[in-house]
Amino acid sequence: MSSDLAQTPLHAWHLKHAARMVDFAGWSMPVQYVSIVREHVATRERCTLFDVSHMGRLRFEGEDACRFLDRLLTRRVSDLAVGRVRYSLMTNESGGVLDDVLISHLESPNGQRYYLLVVNAGNREKILGWIGQHLAAGWDVRMFDRTAETAMIAVQGPRALQAVAPLLDIAPGSLKYYTAAVTRSLGRVCIVSRTGYTGEDGCELIVRAEDAVDVCNNLLRAGRELGIEPAGLGCRDTLRLEAGMPLYGHELNETLDPYQAGLGFAVNLEDRDFIGREALAALSEAGGRPVRVGLEIEGRRPAREGYAVCAAAEPGAAAVGSVTSGTLSPSLQKPIAMALVEPALSAVGTRLAVDIRGQLVPAQVVKLPFYVRSR
Amino acid sequence: MDPKDLLYCKTHEWVHVAQEGGAKLATIGISAFAVEQLTDLVYMELPEVGGEVQAGQPFGEVESVKAVSPLYSPVDGEIVAVNSSLPDHLETLGEDPYDAGWIIKVRITDDSGLARLLDFAAYQKQCAEEG
Repeated sequence: MSSDLAQTPLHAWHLKHAARMVDFAGWSMPVQYVSIVREHVATRERCTLFDVSHMGRLRFEGEDACRFLDRLLTRRVSDLAVGRVRYSLMTNESGGVLDDVLISHLESPNGQRYYLLVVNAGNREKILGWIGQHLAAGWDVRMFDRTAETAMIAVQGPRALQAVAPLLDIAPGSLKYYTAAVTRSLGRVCIVSRTGYTGEDGCELIVRAEDAVDVCNNLLRAGRELGIEPAGLGCRDTLRLEAGMPLYGHELNETLDPYQAGLGFAVNLEDRDFIGREALAALSEAGGRPVRVGLEIEGRRPAREGYAVCAAAEPGAAAVGSVTSGTLSPSLQKPIAMALVEPALSAVGTRLAVDIRGQLVPAQVVKLPFYVRSR
Repeated sequence: MDPKDLLYCKTHEWVHVAQEGGAKLATIGISAFAVEQLTDLVYMELPEVGGEVQAGQPFGEVESVKAVSPLYSPVDGEIVAVNSSLPDHLETLGEDPYDAGWIIKVRITDDSGLARLLDFAAYQKQCAEEG
């Protein structure tokens, strides 16, 4: 592994657990420990822990922090109560998606309130630049990039909260979905957020970098009887795909707007202004652009990113879109994909085909998500 | 088959060459290391008996949850047998890669490609560098 890759505070811990490391957005990250399918199933049936420290964690303080973030995000920040978390987007002036983010409003034990913005690893530098560019003189906003000083660990699965509970000063079950709190984990400062990217229940912990290894070891110990195990980014991708969640760089980029990606719910145009609002107001009324759909594909061959979607499984059928992510769903045991297709062909039940390396394989538009947990 | 007695492509196919009725017969598979690296196999595409293969050219593909990998032939020749049970029993590739997991058998027409293959020691060295 080339040494110019960034390492999380858990790098040595991953190697100790025999992870296979890969380059992900400039970070050396575990793609798997044993196998993608095994870790996927463990997450759906029991619980797993993921190192997601590569994601950017930006802390905002100051009188104008809220007003500033409100300018940058497609959903309102000003009504985000302390302890609440909100999924949002950052868009450019033309409404293209710069990143999809989580914004949390937190209060530290000493009573200081601040906002925490979690951004995609691959977009962190870009977003830092964007923030710098829009930070006007005279505003009281102080931003701290806390990515290097902290670690982020996702614990996901039906038994995740049970596994985490013994380590925390608060009962994680008392946190509602999309809420967060600053607490302690066996004496160490820890932010707990009831969020995730797998379609399962669970939470994400943010701890100081120097505490990360202890927290993971404690989690493995506390969760042993629950069947907890470490999981890599490989199954994080198959899990989020089954859960119908977009991934930046695949279903989201600067040339796509939120409505195409099916993320209209994450844009609030009412009585507020933010970067991209004008363009988005127009786009929300306009049609004709390719839209994100879910596809179920016949056979066993996964469709991969970039494969053409065609109007029919017949030679000469017109190309009507392209695959943005695809895999063989470990839960459903059939190939699933997300794709951008012409809006006229995006209705659930529409019969299409995917060009899998020269072979047109029948596919059908299905409702997203592909997988919904039973409780 | 003993993996020590096989020759290997840099692309992780193994080949065993035997004399059979005056012709050279190559049995081709993929190494345990390759299967381990691929993990979570989901699909395999095999050629037909009677088809031609060329050294260095793909004759099929194996696909995991993560990626597609072409299978490359180490020799020129005609395919005389295909292990057609493999696509429905991909686990065989991992459980028994050097015997039950054979993929195709080829009647060799040109074995000059064999000289470019790695022996077990050289292949192990390559795997250690990759792994």
